[in-house]
Amino acid sequence: MRKVDVRKKILSANEKYAFQNARFLTDNRILCLNMISSPGSGKTTILTRTINELNDKIKIGVIEGDIQTDIDAERIRATKAPVVQINTNGACHLSAAQVSGALEKLPSGDLNLIFIENVGNLVCPSALELGEAGKIVVLSVAEGDDKPAKYPAIFAKSKVLLINKIDMLAAGAQDDFDIERAKADARKLNKAIEIFPISAKTGEGMTDWYNWLIKSAEKSRL
Amino acid sequence: MHEMMVAENLLAVISDEAAKRKIKPIGAKISCGKLYVINDEALCFAFEAISEGTCCEGLKLEIEHKPIQARCKKCDETFNVDFSNPNCPKCESSDFELLPDEPLLLEEIEFQED
Repeated sequence: MRKVDVRKKILSANEKYAFQNARFLTDNRILCLNMISSPGSGKTTILTRTINELNDKIKIGVIEGDIQTDIDAERIRATKAPVVQINTNGACHLSAAQVSGALEKLPSGDLNLIFIENVGNLVCPSALELGEAGKIVVLSVAEGDDKPAKYPAIFAKSKVLLINKIDMLAAGAQDDFDIERAKADARKLNKAIEIFPISAKTGEGMTDWYNWLIKSAEKSRL
Repeated sequence: MHEMMVAENLLAVISDEAAKRKIKPIGAKISCGKLYVINDEALCFAFEAISEGTCCEGLKLEIEHKPIQARCKKCDETFNVDFSNPNCPKCESSDFELLPDEPLLLEEIEFQED
């Protein structure tokens, strides 16, 4: 038997596209954020509220990733923001090549910020770089406060943690969710992570998130 | 199940190397950082399924998981991170910076002797 040293990157095809995407976004001074969470955590609701509130401050475009349907893209379209839907037909994550195709379809000259709403999944999307400037992980209180401990990779890699549906805490509907535990577990792996407890439904806590976005988008414009 | 995507890319790279040498590959060693969250069983299953009928059919995969490293901001120690207790083993500080994850790498291919 003969062993041969290869030392080749297995995901080099994806990396090539991710690198191209990152360069395209930097050249166009667009901040790009890759949003990752379990299904049903409220990503699309966060986006529609954010777009409506920041309408006159930042021009936002959205790339929607779903296994099938364009239900989410329809919800974004109602805000008048430009949106491109990608259907992965079974794949549990978006690839950089898919994002590259979607970027070509967005009016990039008019945009300051592009959100990529990844396929709802807390594991697989964290393995693939898309060319984004940062990852945003969303955890809704209904999922439980143990998720940062159980799914460490995505919390370790993200710039921002949005703890959504905190209106359920106030209503007593989710009184076993220990928000301090979720925060502490996320910070244990990622001291620099920004954490914003929010309710995209009532608007509570959203101002801090908007301010972070405005500041970050401005930095990308420099 | 992003292991299917990894398996597809892996099959392409190994097939490419085998075609260059015109020998049948029978084993491969890959390594990856922990943040790729690769499940060995899922990857081997996916590879077995998609390599059927190709030059890689029956190929044995060996997967090495590289630990995540961090640098302590207090004492500058570099250490392997244990997710359940990620503090610096030297000074016990919790202020550390994760170092970039090891890439997903095809390290070595084992070819059949002529």
